[in-house]
Amino acid sequence: MIIFLSCIILFLIGLYAIVTKRNLIKIVIGFAFIEYAINLLFALIGFRRGMLAPIITQVDMPHKFVDPIPQALVLTAIVIALGTTALMLSVVLRIYNRYKTFDIAEIRKLKG
Amino acid sequence: MTFIPLYFALPLAAAFIIPILGKIAKSVVWIFVTLVSFVLFILALYGVAVMQQIPMVVYKMGNWPPPLGIVMAFDSFSAFMVLVISILVFAGSLFSWRYMSHYTGQWKYYTLYMLITAGMMGVSITGDLFNMFVFLEIAAISSYALVAFGVDAEELEASFKYMVMGEIGGLTFLLAIALLYAKTSTLNLADISNTLQAMGQTPFFWTVLGMMLFAFSIKAAFVPFHSWLPDAHPAAPAPISSLLSGIFIKVLGMYTTARIVFNVFGLSRDTAPAFFNVLLGIGLLSIAFAGITALSQRDYKRLLGYSSVSQVGYIMLGFGIGNYYGVAGAIFYILAHALAKGLLFFTSGSVVNATGTRDLSKLAGLGERMSTTAWSFRIGGLSLIGLPPLVGFFAKYFIILGALKGGFLWLAIIAIGLSVVTLGYLLKIENNVFMKKGRTEASKAPFTMRIAMVFLVVLIVLLGIGFQQVFDFVVGPAAHALLRGIEYANLVFGSVAVGF
Repeated sequence: MIIFLSCIILFLIGLYAIVTKRNLIKIVIGFAFIEYAINLLFALIGFRRGMLAPIITQVDMPHKFVDPIPQALVLTAIVIALGTTALMLSVVLRIYNRYKTFDIAEIRKLKG
Repeated sequence: MTFIPLYFALPLAAAFIIPILGKIAKSVVWIFVTLVSFVLFILALYGVAVMQQIPMVVYKMGNWPPPLGIVMAFDSFSAFMVLVISILVFAGSLFSWRYMSHYTGQWKYYTLYMLITAGMMGVSITGDLFNMFVFLEIAAISSYALVAFGVDAEELEASFKYMVMGEIGGLTFLLAIALLYAKTSTLNLADISNTLQAMGQTPFFWTVLGMMLFAFSIKAAFVPFHSWLPDAHPAAPAPISSLLSGIFIKVLGMYTTARIVFNVFGLSRDTAPAFFNVLLGIGLLSIAFAGITALSQRDYKRLLGYSSVSQVGYIMLGFGIGNYYGVAGAIFYILAHALAKGLLFFTSGSVVNATGTRDLSKLAGLGERMSTTAWSFRIGGLSLIGLPPLVGFFAKYFIILGALKGGFLWLAIIAIGLSVVTLGYLLKIENNVFMKKGRTEASKAPFTMRIAMVFLVVLIVLLGIGFQQVFDFVVGPAAHALLRGIEYANLVFGSVAVGF
């Protein structure tokens, strides 16, 4: 239970960074925290204590495997997270080239 | 022998062919994209035709039976969404040719354009929760990139803001999927529905539903999560603004909400009145707040962006009413608003293309010089307000009919009253841009742009006149598909034998 709670805490740390930090890079790092938290949660959901990795080498193996689906999901989620993080960082770089700052308070052309 | 995967496979394949085409022959790219979107449009019509005979077509990816593999569950509501998406994608690709001609890297634009199409199509037809997330992210990531496509300072800033909000929504959805999987051990929507029904309405049930509602509210830009939309939609190129406002927010926000609430969680107004009242509240807040904010805008596209937030509230209102006419009205409204708002953003693109500015105070007297644009704006605007023979009137009519039948007289009165706000902000554009005397330098809109606008105008008028047919063949069945509730699961597992 503690270990599940730690996922939620990691999630909240990321959310805290996104909401309160003024540096664009730190906001992106906040997203990385949230992504890790969810991926960890997925891995924990599939985990069963004392069971094997789901690799079937014989036909009549005893059915004592961890759940393989969350692992597949985590792989997909990691790829998506990679895509968003890369896009975010490239936009942040472009913003830096225009404004010469990472400070979100100084980047305020748009209102509302 | 099946057509279901084509809806997303075709644009997905096109997206990866375009970079090659772009290297060989630049001029072919646009023709290719228009052709693909036209084929999608024909396929969507075929899908609607198929749905007249059978309630659902299930396509099993890799031939795995439903609870094990990923399924595509294509019912009347999916067919409806696919049709609306393909209409706007086709019109948008017509509009894109001349509008995008002064941008560099056009093949990148068209690649993203096809990816966003594939993502939206995928969300509309998938029957698997994680698959829905993946398609949702495909569409969302392409939209972030498209918003920033002009790489001006404002566009980048809008895109970053949109990305931060959108990703919080997307990741919350992923967290909800993780929790749901932990409890039900399945990702198939139908299977989840069965398991949840067996579990009953526990606190867990409401927590997950609340998280999903939060995620989809961000994607659909309901007040108070709307702040990204009035920045992001104006920053995108006009065909993309039209696609984003017209259908994107509805697929990612409204369709998903409706599907999850009605078919997966199996709620209806009879079983969960409190929840549906929350939906009503969200809808009303969006209509009122964003509508009034729109009145004070001075930027053509920004005003339309606030208008979108406000109009999406009507759709939520219809779903919140929750009886047959309310839901049908909401679905009708998706169609009506897609056509009208798509058209209005096209006119904004046409004005920007001709004059180079979207500041309402700098524009004047375009009504005579750009008559097609001006008349398109008027017809689109009148449809948005809800003037009788246009399609917008009937959409609003069914929502109000639903409100009356459900015993919400006050709601009907408020919904009609707030149409005045719509009239108010649209008149502001009409007065400033088209009616006011003045001489803004402008040339007529290019031919293909006018074709795109006339296409939507014709649809608005024709679908309005033939609303009975639209209602009987497209909107009505879609509403039935939603109100079928948890029968959805039986159909997914049962209709496996259908030979499509």
